[in-house]
Amino acid sequence: MIIRGDEPDQVRLIRKLYKPGNYFMQGNEAVAYGAIFAGCRFYAGYPITPSSEIAETMARELPKLGGYYLQMEDEIGSIAAMIGASWTGFKVMTATAGPGFSLMQENLGYAVMTETPLVLVDVQRSGPSTGQATKGAQGDFFQARWGTHGDHPIVAVSPTSGQDAFWETIRAFNISERLRTPVVVLFDGVLAHTREQIKIPDIEEVEIAYRKLPRNEEEAKLPFGDPHGDGVPPMPLFGHGYFTHVTGSTHKENGLRDVYTPDVHERLVRRIHRKIEKNREVYEKYEEHFTEDAEILIVSWGVTARPALGAVLKAREEGINVGLFVPKTVHPFPAERMRELAKKARAILVAEMNLGQMIIEVERYVNDDVLLKGVNKIGGVPLTVEEILREIRGVA
Amino acid sequence: MAKKIYSTYPMVKYLRKEALPTALCPGCGGGTVLNAFANAIDQLKLDPRDLVVVSGIGCSAWIASPYFLADTLHTTHGRAIAFATGVKVGLPDKKVVVISGDGDLASIGGNHLLHAARRNIDMTVILVNNFIYGMTGGQVAPTTPFGAKTTTSPYRNIEHPLQISETVAAAGASYVARWTTAHVYQLIESIKKALQVKGFSLVEVISQCPVQYGRRNRMKEPAEMLRWFLKNSVPVSKAKNMSPEELEGKFIIGEIINRQRPEFTEELNKLIDEVQEHFGLKGE
Repeated sequence: MIIRGDEPDQVRLIRKLYKPGNYFMQGNEAVAYGAIFAGCRFYAGYPITPSSEIAETMARELPKLGGYYLQMEDEIGSIAAMIGASWTGFKVMTATAGPGFSLMQENLGYAVMTETPLVLVDVQRSGPSTGQATKGAQGDFFQARWGTHGDHPIVAVSPTSGQDAFWETIRAFNISERLRTPVVVLFDGVLAHTREQIKIPDIEEVEIAYRKLPRNEEEAKLPFGDPHGDGVPPMPLFGHGYFTHVTGSTHKENGLRDVYTPDVHERLVRRIHRKIEKNREVYEKYEEHFTEDAEILIVSWGVTARPALGAVLKAREEGINVGLFVPKTVHPFPAERMRELAKKARAILVAEMNLGQMIIEVERYVNDDVLLKGVNKIGGVPLTVEEILREIRGVA
Repeated sequence: MAKKIYSTYPMVKYLRKEALPTALCPGCGGGTVLNAFANAIDQLKLDPRDLVVVSGIGCSAWIASPYFLADTLHTTHGRAIAFATGVKVGLPDKKVVVISGDGDLASIGGNHLLHAARRNIDMTVILVNNFIYGMTGGQVAPTTPFGAKTTTSPYRNIEHPLQISETVAAAGASYVARWTTAHVYQLIESIKKALQVKGFSLVEVISQCPVQYGRRNRMKEPAEMLRWFLKNSVPVSKAKNMSPEELEGKFIIGEIINRQRPEFTEELNKLIDEVQEHFGLKGE
């Protein structure tokens, strides 16, 4: 079974069920509808606050579309089941929060190593450990990047509003399909539970990408080869008689395990990195506001980007030359653009709901003569416009 | 030498030749399990293209992937059944088989084993129970007999082994059978039955590990271990009339359970049908 989401019958169902227009809904619901519009027809998950409404929406909506909702026994089983389903051709998603994300890390690494497309939504909550289970945070920036073991690339996107969550989830699916790789959506508990107006488009306005399938037997026999030179192998799906062998162990282009030859490991792991590095245009995305003449630059992401924009607008009214840079794909970081902007700024403030995570990434692209400062807040309450504005005034 | 095997072994058509010879130790029961599985497939005339075989980590996981020639998924430790659950939902018309060890499926993977049985999802699990962690060097397992010696129970094992088949039967499986590698023909018959049952089926195979288990427990020859299995095997029918004390250290063999219950993927698809009907979403 291969469901793309753009077959006539699926388009008919989506049109019938979700009329284009404005709706009042939660960020979590926006993520679920984004997934549905992107063609996700398999969801396996385990309930956890503040992500549960994504599961609830999928459980309610997927059967209407002929899709599958599975509530697994734990988070480890959830990501495992979605990897299995992805190899049968489904576009798959799960949603979780901090502790569940920690449990999924081993199999996230498995998905990277076996080049399995999937979308993992981490609705970040306050930690460490159970922390403030119901409160939002932005503390999983590095967990998304370095949570699993070994040398591995990762792609992570982060929406800044409910509306953005709808489109960023679709983009996450498209990146995942184009690059045959897992993609993390770093959402957060604040936006997840905020209800706001969200515009649902017509399905025709949504670009849907689909994984490369082998064109012939030859390509199918090399599930981890690189026949097109872009680092992305065509994916021979299970059930088509290709006798594909998939393993998380180091494998040759034909899929068979070889953990003894250094060259085989080099070739595989370097290609997996290369396919992410070389295809920057597939995933790189950022937003800029008033950066042309900015002496002071705010760098922010996710939920905090909204009060940051508010603070920038107010500071501009006061005549302060401040701009805002918002990476939408946070991993890999938009290094080149960051470096350019950093050259022009005399002060950079990094606003985030943690004790300083993205600032470590930003620091790599900033010269010593720039004043770099974090605007941080923890405790489950987002940064306010006033709090960020005060910091801007402080360096103006 | 490998060439010679190819020319005389009729089941070789089911194996990935480029992955041979196997990495299994001399005298390992894994070969018997692979042979029994291949024979069951052959006797049922199943097309390997209609099979997806999933395994976890460890010696017994290798029996299926890479050696069996089908779509094979070699997963993370303990998670084979959860991966297989996703595969089965995606390919409900294929036979999904999990072959892995006791440490993989019943220890770290115990949760998935119980819940797959509870769901009664249509898959066949062949659980190779050799009482020990073989690949990591012979450490104590949740199946190690009381009193046995291993590298991490060098004085003696003070824990009680898990009765896997009985536990899975109680959890809700449709079919459960237990045999040893000394009961090859019965084993083949049970695998055939398990593959044909609509629902969750488990075939537990008590298997010898002379290198890691036998050597430390006065049975370093494979044949000694097989004799131990034969001597201590008690058929289910006979075991019913025996006391727990009499059954201590015995292997209860035969069919533990065989029943019909609603199956998960069928119910899932039925539910989708009902929902689409209810909301008037069926295509013209």
